[in-house]
Amino acid sequence: MSHMAAKDRTLRVGKGSCFLNRRTKIIVLAVLMFAVLVGIYLAGALSSNDLIAADFSQKGLKPSWEHPFGTDMLGRDMLVRTIKGLSVSIVVGTVASCVSAVIALIVGVVAATGASWLDHFINWVIDLVMGIPHTVLLILISFACGKGLKGVLIGVAVTHWTGLARIIRSEVLQIRSQQYIEVSRKLGHSSWWITVHHILPHMVPQFIIGLILMFPHAIMHESSLTFLGFGLPPEQPAIGIILSESMKYLSTGMWWLAFFPGLMLVIIVLLFDRLGENLKKIIDPYSAHE
Amino acid sequence: MEKEPILTVKDLSVSFHMYDTGLEQYDLKVISNLNLDVCPGEIVAIAGSSGSGKSLLAHAVMGLLPGNAAMSGEISYRGRVLSQKDKEKLRGKEMALVPQSVAYLDPLMKVEAQVRGSKPDRERIAAQREIFKRFHLDEKTEKLYPFQLSGGMARRVLVSTAVISGAELIIADEPTPGLDLEMALEALKVFRELADEGKAVVLITHDIDLAFHIADRIAVFYAGTTVEITEAEDFRKGPEALRHPYSKALWEALPQNGFKPIAGFQPYAKYLPEGCLFSPRCPYKTKECEQEIPMREVRGGYVRCIHAD
Amino acid sequence: MKKMHVLKFTGRYLVRVVTLLIAVSIISFILVSASPVDPVQQYVGAVPNVSEEQRENIAEYWGLNDPPLERFLAWGNSILHGDFGTSLIYRRPVLDIIKEKFAASLALMLTAWLFSGLIGFGIGCAMGIFNGKWLDKILKKICLVMCSIPTFWIGIVFLMFFSVKLGWFPMGMSVPKGVPADEVTILQRIHHLVLPALTLSFLSFANVALHTREKLVDVLESDYVLFAKARGESRFSILKRHGFRNILLPAVTMQFGSFSELFGGSVLAESVFSYPGLGAAAAAAGMGSDIPLLLGITLFSALFVFAGNMLANIIYGIVDPQIKEGYKNESYGS
Repeated sequence: MSHMAAKDRTLRVGKGSCFLNRRTKIIVLAVLMFAVLVGIYLAGALSSNDLIAADFSQKGLKPSWEHPFGTDMLGRDMLVRTIKGLSVSIVVGTVASCVSAVIALIVGVVAATGASWLDHFINWVIDLVMGIPHTVLLILISFACGKGLKGVLIGVAVTHWTGLARIIRSEVLQIRSQQYIEVSRKLGHSSWWITVHHILPHMVPQFIIGLILMFPHAIMHESSLTFLGFGLPPEQPAIGIILSESMKYLSTGMWWLAFFPGLMLVIIVLLFDRLGENLKKIIDPYSAHE
Repeated sequence: MEKEPILTVKDLSVSFHMYDTGLEQYDLKVISNLNLDVCPGEIVAIAGSSGSGKSLLAHAVMGLLPGNAAMSGEISYRGRVLSQKDKEKLRGKEMALVPQSVAYLDPLMKVEAQVRGSKPDRERIAAQREIFKRFHLDEKTEKLYPFQLSGGMARRVLVSTAVISGAELIIADEPTPGLDLEMALEALKVFRELADEGKAVVLITHDIDLAFHIADRIAVFYAGTTVEITEAEDFRKGPEALRHPYSKALWEALPQNGFKPIAGFQPYAKYLPEGCLFSPRCPYKTKECEQEIPMREVRGGYVRCIHAD
Repeated sequence: MKKMHVLKFTGRYLVRVVTLLIAVSIISFILVSASPVDPVQQYVGAVPNVSEEQRENIAEYWGLNDPPLERFLAWGNSILHGDFGTSLIYRRPVLDIIKEKFAASLALMLTAWLFSGLIGFGIGCAMGIFNGKWLDKILKKICLVMCSIPTFWIGIVFLMFFSVKLGWFPMGMSVPKGVPADEVTILQRIHHLVLPALTLSFLSFANVALHTREKLVDVLESDYVLFAKARGESRFSILKRHGFRNILLPAVTMQFGSFSELFGGSVLAESVFSYPGLGAAAAAAGMGSDIPLLLGITLFSALFVFAGNMLANIIYGIVDPQIKEGYKNESYGS
């Protein structure tokens, strides 16, 4: 048998080059994404605020080599502002989606392993959260927290866990129906022990993918909320604030005030979405018959 | 009684381009060097255990293989080698498929529309009513949705689709799932009738017992190829009349013949052995079995074994 | 037998909706009560010289000094009597404002909803039919990019390009400035509606297309399509007879299930275009700490979402034969 398998592998090399490319591509993409993320965060957090000090001699400049994204009406460089804004968005998005993913994990596992009334109750809560339009719920929560950073963080964390919780619930149910879980139970292991030793390890890939796929939604909602005026205070250079400021100068034709910051946001969202979907394909090849 | 075969399959191989965990890809050879022919008026049974790729033979003949499958070899109809285009023209007219279950009917479409096809003129409707009557399906049946059919009704509806097409070649893929011998024979009577009317019937089944009760000839299918093609008569006679060790073993595994199981497992298509596919389980295995084994004529049948005599 | 079943099902569903609505009101009430924003201060706002006593009177008048449970019961009671209170920013009954604003929003949402549904379905079918071909690949990439574009940003881009640069469309609002309401023509209204509607449909459009594509690909790879091919049906006939039949129902129900995103999107689209609808009012209520209006809109939006889900369920029940005729099945069982 072993020599047959070996032969099989050598046969596969020719055909396999295509897969190697793809897998390597995804890993490179993942590393690159992480680098971009950390890079933007550090660039935003470490760059001095002097770079975006008001300079009225430079106000309202079109994009040029010196200011690739142009300058705003206070003469601040839009590239620096955009990066600082993204840096804030990344922090908010990361924290909120991590919290939301942990909520999803706990809720999903509890729904699948707990008593049936608990499962019903959790389903009911999910229906409840999904029953109020996200944006309205975000406004409510942010209002409850007195607007500001805390409101955005809590709001995004509270609204994004439902989808992943459902996925994790059904995954756990599937694993629990397998025989080795039954064996383990017969051996006298407690439900808790089984959850920790047999079920949680299987949830890791789903959890990570869910987390990565949640991230773009989180920063999109964060910037929407900030755009509406509920999120970060106006002194913060968040993307939502930059865009809502740009609305004031819309009729003046200063298109770069809104265009580049938004485009950067789209790129970040898009890249993370693709990264998550590609990772999903590696883990579950049957979803990927292309 | 020498007849011109209506369908001839020569050296057919089918392989799939597959994805593995982690996006690995490989080719899976599911059917290798298969040979078969069917004449008008006869039932040829293709018998082999489940998961040996028998259904794919039907799909290959009808031109229904999925996009990631590659096919080699020749499939000829009335002496003419068929291209994919030819198959598309012939299916539903000259050749018909009888699938195994109700899952092959559109769940949201009434039975009548599916049996009549896309151009239901008056003749077609009359024909459908006639056939339903013949198969004892009452008038209400045609207004039902597939999920409302019972198992027996579903089988008869599926056969109706083949009969209404007027096809000369009927390929029935596992038409008797989960029935005991008696009921299965009852269900298969319609195929005998169709064969007696001059149609050629290919009956794909995992049930060797059933096969030699109803069929004229039997092709024994193992790990993606035919290892023996014989008159059904030889199966009735017993192991001495058979040629291939696998056929003999199959005979001995039947309940009425001692229920003797065959040692080992059929190899998975990913790990096929060299040469004779049966050799890892064969008691007569010698060094020569590792070479390519051709199909050859022995005592009026065909066998893919160098030791058969 | 069948009637009983339907009644039981409907009853259970209604109980669920009612409990959810009650829960929505409790939760939103708790949330606004928890807010550190002082409603009296918001109400008094910029008016100078309001004495401490006057403030106390307002608080007393609103019952702000009562315990929360009592306040909730009082509020719930008046809601049951159709009284949602008075909006702080508009100084008019909340219900009137919701009615008026929702009429404006409905035009916007309906246009966007139909547009995203029809075009999205069309594009999705095209992708499914040409699965794996270049047309599919290009459209799929475009849809994936569209999914990542925030509604408010694309609204701004549309404004910059179509209104400022090309001057094709007005800068916002639902009617021209300075024209009395009864003199606004239908054409003017449509003119003002185009960009907001396009903005609102932008995100869901791509979602619908991708979803339709997946479904159609699944159907075309199904056993029953394989068998239809075996019966000699042409590619076109298979699409017409089996393809659309099997993807239309999920597409329609999904479209009805998307009311939540539609409403959420309208908050952003209306804010960008200063379109005087319910979404913009929700944002304004939150910004202006207009608690009665915020609560009213929250409840209304939840009702709107549940209504969409209910419609989806009803359509399923009417159209899907497996549900419609399911009860007859027992008499035929195998």
